[in-house]
Amino acid sequence: MDKNIVLETQDLTKRYDGNMVVDHLNLHVAENEVFGLLGPNGAGKTTTILMLLGLTEPASGSARVFGFNSTREPLKVKRLTGYLPERLGFYDGLTARQNLRFIAWLNNMADDEAEKQIDQVLEEVGLTEKADTAVGKFSRGMKQRLGVADVLVKKPRLAILDEPTAGLDPEGINQVLDLIANLPKMGTTVVMCSHRLYEVQRICHSIAILAGGKLVVEGALDELGREALAEGRYRIEVETAELSPQLVEIIGKIKGVNKVEAEGNFLHVTTDSDLRAAISKVVVDNGVALTQMKVQEFSLDDIYKKYFKEG
Amino acid sequence: MITIIRKELADYFTSLRCLILFILVLLASAAGLYAAYEGIRGVDISSGFVFINLFITSGETIPSLVTFIGIFVPIIGIALGFDAINREYSTGTMSRILSQPIYRDSVINGKFLAGIITLAIMVATTLLLVSGFGLRMIGVPPSAEEIIRLFIYFVSIVIYGAFWMGLAILFSIIIRNLAISLLASLAVWLFFGFFYTMLIVPAVAKTVDAYLVLVRLSPNTLFDEATMAMLLPQSRGLGLLASGEVSYMIPNPLPLGQSLLIVWPQLTTMIGLAVVCFAVSYIVFMRQEIRAT
Repeated sequence: MDKNIVLETQDLTKRYDGNMVVDHLNLHVAENEVFGLLGPNGAGKTTTILMLLGLTEPASGSARVFGFNSTREPLKVKRLTGYLPERLGFYDGLTARQNLRFIAWLNNMADDEAEKQIDQVLEEVGLTEKADTAVGKFSRGMKQRLGVADVLVKKPRLAILDEPTAGLDPEGINQVLDLIANLPKMGTTVVMCSHRLYEVQRICHSIAILAGGKLVVEGALDELGREALAEGRYRIEVETAELSPQLVEIIGKIKGVNKVEAEGNFLHVTTDSDLRAAISKVVVDNGVALTQMKVQEFSLDDIYKKYFKEG
Repeated sequence: MITIIRKELADYFTSLRCLILFILVLLASAAGLYAAYEGIRGVDISSGFVFINLFITSGETIPSLVTFIGIFVPIIGIALGFDAINREYSTGTMSRILSQPIYRDSVINGKFLAGIITLAIMVATTLLLVSGFGLRMIGVPPSAEEIIRLFIYFVSIVIYGAFWMGLAILFSIIIRNLAISLLASLAVWLFFGFFYTMLIVPAVAKTVDAYLVLVRLSPNTLFDEATMAMLLPQSRGLGLLASGEVSYMIPNPLPLGQSLLIVWPQLTTMIGLAVVCFAVSYIVFMRQEIRAT
């Protein structure tokens, strides 16, 4: 693999009272991507995260983050990693700024650097005006955004976010998602858990689906999508002004095209690779106006359903 | 760890809880002073110690300051410790702190030390307030020996308070529910304060020796004895003496060194109890697993 793997687990296993919570899990997260961890409640997502951070010891197997063993060198892992817990809490009596300052201190940040960083992250999450308000007066959504700020204040190279958009209104969700989607550009890899598939689809590059502590599938999102939708092939939708049987035939002869179905003015072309350029050329060369063409979108629902039907 | 101590101290000093405790402490000081004001004229000062009587003199109806301290210090210790750990869990701040690059034990060490510092400040405030006002009231300055005796008394109060705080922290680690953890600490305090020495020990002990051994398992008794030996130099020994022996006692105060010798076992046992509480808390906390949900 050419990408830099920053997080990997090898046969990571955890039992609680004899129940397998995480069962021989092998995950790989590449640097500077947004990685989505999906699965039903109780699939072992949070437990996996706790083991990644060295907060819980695995029964067997190991997790490595930036090459550090999470169980043996948790401090080195935690220095580079920010974690947003699912049930996050703040000291209600302290202001937003004081809460963040405490975290900055725990990370041994110098005072002036910490203040600068706090101002910056508060602005990023849109809480600058509330910086000196006690957190006890915050709404659920504001606390959630402060939680994101709390992760970013230590300038992590890996951010692990457990349900980062829980409790937010639609606008807040968009803000937070944009923020998360921008992190890889700033050199922060993101691992995020979520139940909202469209969110994951919007910002994640790769996903892993867990069920019952086992890995169901792991991979790049677009590949998995194509697999779920058309057994790994592309489905291209072509709309033309008028459709002639000859055109269907000609398109069917393009190399790499498997199947062409006509439906009104629409053509559904199944191909081995993205042949949009070749198809549009053929259409235009035949004197037919091309109205629109797109690779058919899959939705994460399709992926999710596919694997849970099989599982 | 210094960061955690800093934060805990800031937390304590800005909290309503501390304000209430401070008011209690002030009221106790005032009551103790008033008791001394009422009673101090009738005190026998043949022992040569005048100043110390400020603390041990009771009024007609009001108990002395040391009695107040004996009651309030466990309450302060428990109030400072009963929610130390489980509140962090219930508000969800624990996982946030533990995911920072710090050793897990610095959390509990920091809390314990911050608690002791708060406790020490409160006790020192009380003693100094009473000393200051007392000085104005009676106009007799303390002798050097009295100052040393008071200081040792101060140290023993802090140790005693640290024991109760350690116990409360232990319960706060074991019991997740705030109210139940508070209740458990108070139950232990009530048990030792009332039932143990008044009911259980007299019923169980067959001999005087057995009685003394059993009664000294109670931290309350240890503290009372330490107080008595330090602040009542006339008392030449602790525990029970046969009436025949009493008649041979010379009614003059023990020198400081001898007083110390008497309370040394009490002090070390109290330190031991506090250390045990802390050690058990430490071990349980370090082994406690952070779980999902």
